[in-house]
Amino acid sequence: MAYLVSHPDEVKVVSKRFGKGATSLDRYLELDGYKALQKALTMQPDAIINEVKASNLRGRGGAGFPTGMKWSFVPKQSPKPKYVLCNGDESEPGTCKDRLIFEHDPHSVIEGVMIAALAVGAKTGYIYLRGEYRYLVQIMEKAVADAYARGFIGKNIFGSGVDLDIFVHSGAGAYEVGEESALMESLEGKRGIPRIRPPFPAVVGLWGGPTVINNAESLASVPHIILGGGEWFAKLGTPKNGGTRLFCMSGELERPGVYELPMGYNLKKMIYDVAGGMVKGKKLKGVVPGGSSVQIITPDEIDVAMDFDSLPKVGSMLGSGGVIVIDDHTCLVKFALRVTQFYQHESCGWCIPCREGTDWMKKTLVRMHSGGGVAKDIDNLKYLAENMLGRTFCPLGDAAAMPIISYVQKFRSEFEDHLNGKPCPYEKAAQPVMV
Amino acid sequence: MKFSDQLEQRFATMVTHYPTKRSVLVPMLLYIQDELGSLTEEAIHEIAQRVELSDLEVRNVISYYSMLRTRAVGKYNFQICTNVSCLLRGAEDIFEQCKKKLGVGNKQTTSDGLFYLEEVECIGACSWAPAMMMNYEFVENLTAAKIDELIEGLKKKEQQ
Ligand SMILES: Cc1cc2nc3c(=O)[nH]c(=O)nc-3n(C[C@H](O)[C@H](O)[C@H](O)COP(=O)(O)O)c2cc1C
Ligand code: SF4
Ligand code: FES
Repeated sequence: MAYLVSHPDEVKVVSKRFGKGATSLDRYLELDGYKALQKALTMQPDAIINEVKASNLRGRGGAGFPTGMKWSFVPKQSPKPKYVLCNGDESEPGTCKDRLIFEHDPHSVIEGVMIAALAVGAKTGYIYLRGEYRYLVQIMEKAVADAYARGFIGKNIFGSGVDLDIFVHSGAGAYEVGEESALMESLEGKRGIPRIRPPFPAVVGLWGGPTVINNAESLASVPHIILGGGEWFAKLGTPKNGGTRLFCMSGELERPGVYELPMGYNLKKMIYDVAGGMVKGKKLKGVVPGGSSVQIITPDEIDVAMDFDSLPKVGSMLGSGGVIVIDDHTCLVKFALRVTQFYQHESCGWCIPCREGTDWMKKTLVRMHSGGGVAKDIDNLKYLAENMLGRTFCPLGDAAAMPIISYVQKFRSEFEDHLNGKPCPYEKAAQPVMV
Repeated sequence: MKFSDQLEQRFATMVTHYPTKRSVLVPMLLYIQDELGSLTEEAIHEIAQRVELSDLEVRNVISYYSMLRTRAVGKYNFQICTNVSCLLRGAEDIFEQCKKKLGVGNKQTTSDGLFYLEEVECIGACSWAPAMMMNYEFVENLTAAKIDELIEGLKKKEQQ
């Protein structure tokens, strides 16, 4: 069970039912549950899409694509069935927010999936959860069964004449399966090898039918948008970045945890005020503000608004909402190695730049970290990463390359401290290793 | 091979959820493994027939997913996350402690068959780091004392 935290600056929208027993359907109904769905049933599909467009909701899975726009790409008429697929694969290092939504407010995800289905004319929705989240599969399965039992899901929901089915699906361990096209492959019972795009899932998705794929937090925001209005939601955030976001604060902080803050909240305040600052005796070295796939920023750069448009100004991205705070007791080469080890392990191996690039980067970093590095390794590392950028079949390759380039650019001296037989200055008794 | 009643029921329900049979494959494999401890040759053959695939096609899927395995491991599966958020809060020490205390290396089972130890990628507990999973249970905000207590507790339980 994950622990809940609170801070006065929080604006609780998606998290408003956390800790309030909303896994029980009756309790959920007391807390305005399924009102948004009933309202959506009286709306035209285009009106639902327009409301979501007005909310400026942008995908919480990482890329920040406008959700309303994504829905509008789904063709009105389709010879094949249409689908909605909720992405609950949550595996980006630093990210632990969707878990809280499933755990504390499972019906809000169901309601979001159903509203999305009404908006695009889908009759079936799937909620895909990573295999490790077994207790959440159980919570979601119960929530779905309870809602079926009341006639909220299934045939003729709320007497509207609309039929809609929702199913819960478990994965079995794979980061790459969180990538939208690999997610569909996995749901279809295959290895999670991505598909070529175009065509995009909104046009050709699950079993060839148009498919809307959204992150769990994006979908859980939708009922609030329908009830409160798109304009209200948009105003909670900054221009073009509507609403609030669950930020997962991790690292050597006094009060790590998941906090729901308005989009555009200042990162410095987030670290020093909301999360209570660094633990005693440790200083800030850098921040990876959006999950392990995004670039690092330095302490000079943290006076920045946390939204999709502001972070690029300091060379990073908002990503998945995982704010990883790095302290001065951590070796950045070690950090780089651990990140690269992850991408090397998770690379599906389909395309060469990613499969080979991550492997070479890992080998170089293992050697460097243990003191076996030479000066040209630093540029070599950057060169390897730069040659992966934009040349891989899916964005995992970029996600592996971008952080490394940023570490070398912004923390070059730490890499230089590891050369020519000098073991890691942060290790107690490091031994040079040759790989 | 015959599935247990529970698996039989799961399969019968799940197969109605999708337009193709093989769509049940990934979750079904995991549920089968949970009962049998691993994906045995017979189990693979059984599920392959049911979803109209060859055994090899099923194996091909199994090899992609990190949780699926064809060999049994210890009864208590210790999965220690050493990814970045956990690394920042001492996951390496936790992993070393487990190795020492259990007397095994990464991906090894203790000789009494009780404990299996594995270093894993992010499990979605980053704000409560360092964290691990014991079978399907999250254990978070780990400390050396917590690990000691957990292992001792399980050992004691087994002796009874
Ligand atoms: C390697 C990789 C892993 C991803 N993992 C996830 C994930 O675990 N959860 C998620 O919602 N999106 C993940 N994404 C993003 C999805 O591809 C997709 O953009 C997202 O689910 C769309 O939903 P959104 O528009 O609501 O964000 C991942 C992308 C990549 C490239
Ligand atoms: S970039 Fe990596 S994960 Fe994506 S298709 Fe290529 S090898 Fe697979
Ligand atoms: S990095 Fe360890 S749980 Fe996320």
